[in-house]
Amino acid sequence: MAITFDKALGIHQHALEARVKRAEVLANNLANADTPGFKARDMDFQAMMQKAQDSMSGFGMEKTHSGHMDTSAGAGDSDLLYRVPNQPSVDGNTVDSQAEQTRFMRNAMDYQASFQFLNSKFTGLTKALKGE
Amino acid sequence: MSLGNIFDIAGSGMTAQSLRLNTTASNIANAETASSSTDTTYRARKPVFSAIQQSMLNPGQQAFGVQGSEGAGAGVRVEGIVESEAELQMRYEPNHPAANEDGYVFYPNVNVVEEMADMMSSSRSFQMNVDIMNTAKSMMQRILTLGQQ
Repeated sequence: MAITFDKALGIHQHALEARVKRAEVLANNLANADTPGFKARDMDFQAMMQKAQDSMSGFGMEKTHSGHMDTSAGAGDSDLLYRVPNQPSVDGNTVDSQAEQTRFMRNAMDYQASFQFLNSKFTGLTKALKGE
Repeated sequence: MSLGNIFDIAGSGMTAQSLRLNTTASNIANAETASSSTDTTYRARKPVFSAIQQSMLNPGQQAFGVQGSEGAGAGVRVEGIVESEAELQMRYEPNHPAANEDGYVFYPNVNVVEEMADMMSSSRSFQMNVDIMNTAKSMMQRILTLGQQ
């Protein structure tokens, strides 16, 4: 019975990665809170997870050449959507700082949850290896 | 993992906001700087922000299909500083040392109330970027403890 990290860790490593990507996008929204004409963006987390799950179950596209595009759980441009503004400002900026900050905090919490799951996977592996 | 990018993004935000605070300070400090001609009068300065796109940083990357976390953007930058075109204030002060032959002096077109509001806005935005940096830092520190008991 071979142990592979991919199988042992399950979806959580992809979830953690997706959380980091989302944190980056939200941080960018907040940094541009005062930039005229900037459109706030966010990613469809569910779609990203679905993609990760598909690539895990072996239905993903195989890359046999360095020039092949990555179709797995990366944050390509297609994953990034534009937020529908609640109340756009006159200068064309669609960042709602308070809402974005809330989302950022929430995302950080979800990140911690994913981290906890991933960490417990490692703890389990260590226990199995030690046989204590 | 691209948590390091968040530091860059929040850092660029902090730089931009502190520059905005700088112009505000300059405007308020010079709000009463009178002058005898319109050419030499101080004019309110404003920074112009624009979003940095990742593709601007690595123009060659996208052509080769290199997929980083592009599209997420890479923060904000200051395009430049523009001087306000608003009307200067002309006041009749014949006793002013800088008064022209008609007895008028020119005061800058700084709106102090507007500058104060701008100051609060930029200081809040700065704080927000600091918060983000702190959160990213704690996320990164968590990652370092991965696999520990």
